[in-house]
Amino acid sequence: MPLVLEKRPAAGAAALILSPLLAVALTLASSIVVFWFLGQDPWRALSVYFLLPVSDFWGIQEVAVKATPLVLIAVGLALCFRSNNWNIGAEGQFLIGAICGGGVAVWTHGWGGPWVLPLMLVAGMAGGAAYAMIPAVLKTRLRVNEILVSLMLVYVAEFLLDWLVRGPWRDPFGFNMPQTVTFAPEATLPVLFDGGRMNLGTVITLVVVAVAAVVMARTVKGFEIKLVGDAPRAARFAGFDDKRLTIAVFAISGALAGLAGVMEAAGTVRQLLPGFSPGYGFTAIIVAFLGRLNPIGCLIAGVFIAITFIGGENAQIILRIPRDMTMVFQGMLLFYVLACDTLILYRVRRVAPARRVPT
Amino acid sequence: MSAPVPLLEAEAITRRFATLVANEAVDLKVMPGEIHALLGENGAGKSTLVKMLYGLLQPDVGRILWRGKEVSLPTPKAARALGVGMVFQHFSLFDALTVAENVALALDETAPLAEVSERIVEVSRAYGLPLEPKREVWRLSVGARQRIEIVRCLMQDPQLLILDEPTSVLTPQECDGLFATLRTIRGEGRAVLYISHKLEEVRGLCEAATILRLGRVVARCDPRAETAGSLARMMVGSNVGEVRRARAEGRAPVRLRVDNLSLASDDPQGTSLRSVSLEVGAGEILGIAGVAGNGQDELFGVLSGEARAPEAGNIVLDGEAVGWSGINARRRKGAAFVPEERLGHAAAPRMPLSDNALVTGHAAGGLARRGFLDRARMLGWVDAVTRAFDVRKGPRDPEAASLSGGNLQKFVVGREILHKPQLLVVSQPTWGVDAGAAMLIRQALIDLAAGGAAVLVISQDLDELFEVTDRMAVIFHGRLSPAYPTGELTREAVGLLMGGEGFAAPREEAA
Repeated sequence: MPLVLEKRPAAGAAALILSPLLAVALTLASSIVVFWFLGQDPWRALSVYFLLPVSDFWGIQEVAVKATPLVLIAVGLALCFRSNNWNIGAEGQFLIGAICGGGVAVWTHGWGGPWVLPLMLVAGMAGGAAYAMIPAVLKTRLRVNEILVSLMLVYVAEFLLDWLVRGPWRDPFGFNMPQTVTFAPEATLPVLFDGGRMNLGTVITLVVVAVAAVVMARTVKGFEIKLVGDAPRAARFAGFDDKRLTIAVFAISGALAGLAGVMEAAGTVRQLLPGFSPGYGFTAIIVAFLGRLNPIGCLIAGVFIAITFIGGENAQIILRIPRDMTMVFQGMLLFYVLACDTLILYRVRRVAPARRVPT
Repeated sequence: MSAPVPLLEAEAITRRFATLVANEAVDLKVMPGEIHALLGENGAGKSTLVKMLYGLLQPDVGRILWRGKEVSLPTPKAARALGVGMVFQHFSLFDALTVAENVALALDETAPLAEVSERIVEVSRAYGLPLEPKREVWRLSVGARQRIEIVRCLMQDPQLLILDEPTSVLTPQECDGLFATLRTIRGEGRAVLYISHKLEEVRGLCEAATILRLGRVVARCDPRAETAGSLARMMVGSNVGEVRRARAEGRAPVRLRVDNLSLASDDPQGTSLRSVSLEVGAGEILGIAGVAGNGQDELFGVLSGEARAPEAGNIVLDGEAVGWSGINARRRKGAAFVPEERLGHAAAPRMPLSDNALVTGHAAGGLARRGFLDRARMLGWVDAVTRAFDVRKGPRDPEAASLSGGNLQKFVVGREILHKPQLLVVSQPTWGVDAGAAMLIRQALIDLAAGGAAVLVISQDLDELFEVTDRMAVIFHGRLSPAYPTGELTREAVGLLMGGEGFAAPREEAA
């Protein structure tokens, strides 16, 4: 190989913030070209995508509704990824959280009380955490690759949801549609403003972000997570148990994904149905990286990605641009983030060919 | 039976790595049908030399002749084409593949697996190297893995076989089998270049030896005409003396006691510890010498608590059994540790020094309170270490990896010493460190002991051990010799112990 990547001796802190901004700028620049080829006025298209969603209070609420699960999942994933644990199955943990919490709602339908909602949230977190423990335990006990296990468990969760809403949990008065009953009022998260859709879940998410930010920046536990990820041998030297930490971060990220799932079910959709998640668990991976695996960064990145979701819907209606454009945006964004990271943290160096023996 | 033209000749080979001269004007002649020993301490330049003979490295100056003709060896493949085969100290085998698959992968030409298996059986029968081609490598013992490497070499029909410390991983029985094979190879007129530091082995097997010290050839001899003592003297370059036992009298209270500690290594390439016992008293520096890979890493791991001892009572710290305690529990009792690897083990390369101060200071060092970091004290710790140990760095709190080796070593040693430990276990305190930093670190160790702490230094640097220690023991094959007062020891005596002399008989209790 004539080219190798080698770490730069020291990349400044500024570069770490600059990298995602640069990635956003490059994404916008590339999307101008794409809009051009689609025959759209690029400036109008960009304003529909990025300005219209935040131009009124209703739009901002919609952005918050989309951003809430993304940020919540991404914060958990950031803890995992920071410690070199690759939980790719947040989508599955999200669905299991929705199933466990939604199950409480279905089960108590018609006879519940004010205790239903807290029970749902706890059940959702417990379900997500337990589901995430499967790859964690397999990894620590049997050294099974956590990426594959967590990813494949997504499909298990999808089919479980599919079976439940077509079978035992189907709404008896739902005209045979594959969906559960609409949750009773005591099983739904209260909205924050009348007429809007933003609900208590957004507040809970902001609290989680704040707690996670403090944990990562100011506590020994946050230091442990970073050290295990950066230098596992030094972490053992520091007396940290990497196996226990692996299980802990998987459980936390599974609990947060499960919480996002139950809040999506109880707050936004208010029932369970197949295709209930637009892939939040996968999009949150982009959010986590775009947010530099930092809780505050995840919050900013989650809002940005949510805007592209809403903007994509707007563009579909106003400009008749296919919804796939949103996926293109997100794909480009992840690509540019990774590229900028790589080129800022590493430099490309040519390797000299093997030397000849001097004679 | 030596022919007039050497099979392989190296002439005035010099090879530098940055500022280090690994080989300087080295001459070597290997005759056909000869088992030629290449002797020397760690870092004497043996590995560098053979890597050049096998095409893995190129000399800066000098020439290599094969049957009298000058050759260039840009790659190992070129060396193999010429007839040079090499068996490395660390094996390069795929655990999940079978013996035959591993051999087939390494052959320069492609051949069907069935044919490879047949040839393996042929070669292994001819040389007395039992191997089953269909066995998966992970099922095999270390000795069998080495047989694969040897068979794989012999299948290329080499005229010269290079073996890098082949017996360091073998049991005595396996060693005997290997020697028989090597004699068969010699009987066919092939040559063997045998790297070792085990003197008895070399005396029994080899008829010629080239001895390296600090990158230069210091002697050539017929080892059969030498004694282990004279060979050791040539290797370490010092005078003969007699080892005397320490007197167990008038010593300060014992801070650290290791009692009959045996520990199987979980790494197949590692060394198991076998009934190791030692004592370090307050105010004393105990040195542990030994060639790398004789159990030092395992000993450090079990002393620090990164690995647990089989029994709590195997390790006693200030009168308390701590063999089952973790590293932080031992730190809370006043112990501190400096591992051999600076980057990755002692320090996290991509983290700032303040975070690295936290690595060993979060549990017992007061750098964190109730789980919350005290950033001011962390930075203060960095400043204090910087002042006390003259750590040269640009910014106040740079990444560990941006420091030079010597400065980072001063930091990781200083980080511990500033905690005023009652016991310090340090491995290779000045490995690859410039002279100034080395002097500062050694002085700090001496001062720490003078203040009443017990210090245990594991090192391969005999000069260092003679300079700082009060008593010295040698580790060999996971066993520890008794400790002798350093003043009564000579380099030669230590060299003999490092080569395994005196370890064969059942060991007496440590003084």
